[in-house]
Amino acid sequence: MALILDGVRLRRRGEIWLDDISLELSSGMTMLVGPMSAGKTTLMRVVAGLLPPDAGRITVNGTDVTSVSVRKRSVAFVYQQFINYPSLSVYENIASPLRLARDLPRAGIDRRVREVAELMGIGDLLGRRPAELSGGQQQRTAIARALARPVDVLLLDEPLANLDFKLREQLRADLRSMFQGSSSVVLYSTADPAEALTFAAPTVVLGEGRVRHVGEVAEMYARPPTLAVAAALSDPPLNLLPGVVRAGRVECLGTSFPAPPAHPPAHSPAQDDPAQDGPAQDVVLAVRPHHVTIGGGGPGTLAFPAEIRLAEVTGSATFLHLLLAGRLHLVAQLPGTQLFVPGESTTAFVDPAHLFVFDENGGRLLAASAVSAVSTASTAEVDLHG
Amino acid sequence: MADIRLEGVGHSYDGGRTWALKPMTWTWRSGRAYALLGPSGCGKTTLLNIISGLLTPTTGRIWFDDREVTTVPTAGRDIAQVFQFPVLYEEMSVYDNLAFPLRNRKYPKAEVDRRVRRVSGMLGLDDHLRRRSRRLDPGRQQIVSLGRGLVRSGVAAVLLDEPLTVVDPAMKWTLRSTLKEIHRDTGHTFIYVTHDQTEALTFADEVVVVKDGEIVQAGEPTELFLSPAHEFVGHFIGSPGMNVLPAEILDGLVRVGRAAVGRAVGDLPAGPVRIGIRPEFAVLDSAGSTPGVAGRVTGVDRMGSYDLVHVLVNGHDEPPPAERDGPPPTERTTGRTTGRTTGRSDQDGNAGHPLVVKTEAGSRFEPGDAGFVRFAADRAFLFRDAVRCGTVAPLNGRGEE
Repeated sequence: MALILDGVRLRRRGEIWLDDISLELSSGMTMLVGPMSAGKTTLMRVVAGLLPPDAGRITVNGTDVTSVSVRKRSVAFVYQQFINYPSLSVYENIASPLRLARDLPRAGIDRRVREVAELMGIGDLLGRRPAELSGGQQQRTAIARALARPVDVLLLDEPLANLDFKLREQLRADLRSMFQGSSSVVLYSTADPAEALTFAAPTVVLGEGRVRHVGEVAEMYARPPTLAVAAALSDPPLNLLPGVVRAGRVECLGTSFPAPPAHPPAHSPAQDDPAQDGPAQDVVLAVRPHHVTIGGGGPGTLAFPAEIRLAEVTGSATFLHLLLAGRLHLVAQLPGTQLFVPGESTTAFVDPAHLFVFDENGGRLLAASAVSAVSTASTAEVDLHG
Repeated sequence: MADIRLEGVGHSYDGGRTWALKPMTWTWRSGRAYALLGPSGCGKTTLLNIISGLLTPTTGRIWFDDREVTTVPTAGRDIAQVFQFPVLYEEMSVYDNLAFPLRNRKYPKAEVDRRVRRVSGMLGLDDHLRRRSRRLDPGRQQIVSLGRGLVRSGVAAVLLDEPLTVVDPAMKWTLRSTLKEIHRDTGHTFIYVTHDQTEALTFADEVVVVKDGEIVQAGEPTELFLSPAHEFVGHFIGSPGMNVLPAEILDGLVRVGRAAVGRAVGDLPAGPVRIGIRPEFAVLDSAGSTPGVAGRVTGVDRMGSYDLVHVLVNGHDEPPPAERDGPPPTERTTGRTTGRTTGRSDQDGNAGHPLVVKTEAGSRFEPGDAGFVRFAADRAFLFRDAVRCGTVAPLNGRGEE
């Protein structure tokens, strides 16, 4: 099974909703990750045939379906807000697409309904009405209905977003094992970084209606090519600090460190000047909260004087909110319970090995020190210009 | 501001056949930040609506300090409320939204301005006063909704019903700490309803855990995390929740299968119990040199900043029978199993129990590896009928026989 989008564009009310989306998806699961209003739902609606694109082509297994109506496409859609027929039993809800299709005998329908209900863990609820179910059971019913008929393309639009946190944790695991070997193209969207990482599937990061990146999620997490990708996969959110690269060093808030070896340049190798010779360049430094520590920095560690604003304690972790230089917000995720007094001063430490260096606009990763430091510790050459 | 006292307050939606909220007596102390945490349908919103006056309880009385408000409607209770979705006039400016409740009550113009500016300064809205509310992001719209409740004088309490529902995951972090700072700066009593344990723990001075219409435990976040009094609290707080395994007390020792994991502390008769250990406090070793429960790794979730190692333990002295040919290919490719609560059988039919160990990122364990799980001293708890009945102390010397 293959779903190909080629140059898909959509504009509404003068705003760009989808901008030149080209993707090739094969059988099994693909994650669609991005913040709210990145275009995830719009893209899914276009794939489903619910929204005609202004330009571009959509093909399924080589057949152009761009102008095929939703009724004639082999697509199933699960919405964030679970939708079931309130007057029908769970059984009839699941059976409805099979009855509509009119291509299965009664016994076949019965077998299939029980099969998918069992798979979704609602086999003993078939006689109930949706109103008599919990939110999780309602969403399982909606997913079972989507699974009832074999389809080419299965779309799940943030299917767990409206569920309780604990239920989400559990369903995440169930869905993952369910879709892994699927013969359909399964496109699953989420705004939740933990969900994206748990599924460990090929991942498309979407932002402002554009494809930001396509790849394996673990690799993207370790070496985010752009700030948008790093941000889409970080929870708690990334800390950002302004920096300047000058004479082979990265300067930040009165401290500095040797500019790390460049991220292997994916493009523009022509501009491989070492930073030593170039003019100063503004950069954005990003560090994940669990890489910020308090008290005790090893050699080469950056120290930032900070004011304590707030400490959030969860038992498993303490989130310490700091103010640097009186204006920059920095969050440290510390293990266990640690007590701090708001208003007091402290020092935040960051190992430069855990800093991502992006160009001024966050558009390109200049150096992912954490990763490259391991393999090329001796390299002093720097590409911070691109 | 006032202490809010519930005296035998309970509510039934079906004329007393079942309790959505079982009659309870409880005091919300003035000025504290509370979280009301529980799954959907547990009664937490019912409780909130009773405090705000949207709902009159079937039984019991409500007091704000020494004033009884049981039958006083919402308008007479001086409650500021924030709901799941922003409640404001989208076409009005932020300033006019904040001024609206005051103008409605015919406050003099100068007083309206003074109050609006005080609240806007407190909530960090000064730069947005002239903007149309529609143009704000959902998070800031929620802050304006809160501001509309705070402009009036004599706010008795601020009630928030899942206020971050419509907010982007990244924005939630900022908004939550903003709410916490607002609590600190205003000194109002905050009651924050949520199903999200991270939100509850990070926001509140005191978390009240509700299940099936009653409070199962209340305490500071750290206390609930480190010392759950009920299996449900262990499960619902923490991500992933606490592991719970069948165990047995025999001669004062706690055993999981045949492996002794510690000494039982508490006045406990011999017999079956359940042992709870959080993923953070379970340690996985590859060698069996320390007291531990043998197991086999069934999957590893690489979560970025940490790993979750899924282990099937069988309580034998040895790991589940060695699979010389490696684990089944499906397990290797999927790389994980789910954290189910029921026991399962491994390939050779031995019952096993799944357990999750949280480690730093980059765990060297892979599916198929054998390992021994140790339970950190004083971090394992014993439960009978889901209620905590004891703790586990370290063994003296080796735990294996």
